[in-house]
Amino acid sequence: MTDVQIDQPQRQARIAIKSDFLAIRHGLHSLLAQEPLAGLSQDCRGRAEIVIAEALNNIVEHAYGDASGDIEILVGLDGLGLCCQISDHGRPMPNGQLPAGLPHILDDCQDLPEGGFGWFLIRSLAQDLTYRRSGNQNRLHFRMAT
Amino acid sequence: MELLAENFGDILVIRADQDRIDAACAIRFKDQMRDLTQKPAARIILDMSQVAFIDSSGLGAIVAAMKAIGPDKQLELSGLTGTVQKVFRLTRMDTIFKIHDTLAFGVAKAS
Repeated sequence: MTDVQIDQPQRQARIAIKSDFLAIRHGLHSLLAQEPLAGLSQDCRGRAEIVIAEALNNIVEHAYGDASGDIEILVGLDGLGLCCQISDHGRPMPNGQLPAGLPHILDDCQDLPEGGFGWFLIRSLAQDLTYRRSGNQNRLHFRMAT
Repeated sequence: MELLAENFGDILVIRADQDRIDAACAIRFKDQMRDLTQKPAARIILDMSQVAFIDSSGLGAIVAAMKAIGPDKQLELSGLTGTVQKVFRLTRMDTIFKIHDTLAFGVAKAS
């Protein structure tokens, strides 16, 4: 057995990053090092890192594109599992909807896809995905089992 | 230097000496792989035992590296860690690449 945790752990983490890929890397590092993610299993941390990374990559690539901007990430733990909210002020999702994220068909080795896995991974690992555009803000919310 | 190339007989081993292959380094990774895989070799193994995380851009860069090698040679992988394995399994890329548990297994195995 490891040490018994006496203090109530912090149940919510909030970080804000700039819209670029290196900031995503550092932001994920910081999120994973603090509660609630720091206290979860390796498997859960891995799934959360994949989903959050893909959501952030999409914001940098598509919502902001070449423009600069801020992204806020909130991760909380409640009785149902992990909940995560990511907001930005970039362009809205096309047609105001989340991409379908369909799986690729991998049948020709010389014609394999080199991208487009992001939303498929998000949809495979996250539950209760919701997207809202309010004013000039995009807000993505999802849950994950711990 | 993030990719280290070494020859074991006619096997070219490239070690990814970095803890992540993500959107921040995917283009650089792809370019370096293209340069390193120019050398003639019967087999090419990319060892990923130091890589703790890969995102879809990193996965795309590995796919691009395999396609650049050409249709007559495969890019083999070794040492996939937990989260990296998840990404390969979910996208079914684990059915496309020849994956060895460890580099030693990969090198020992005749193609």
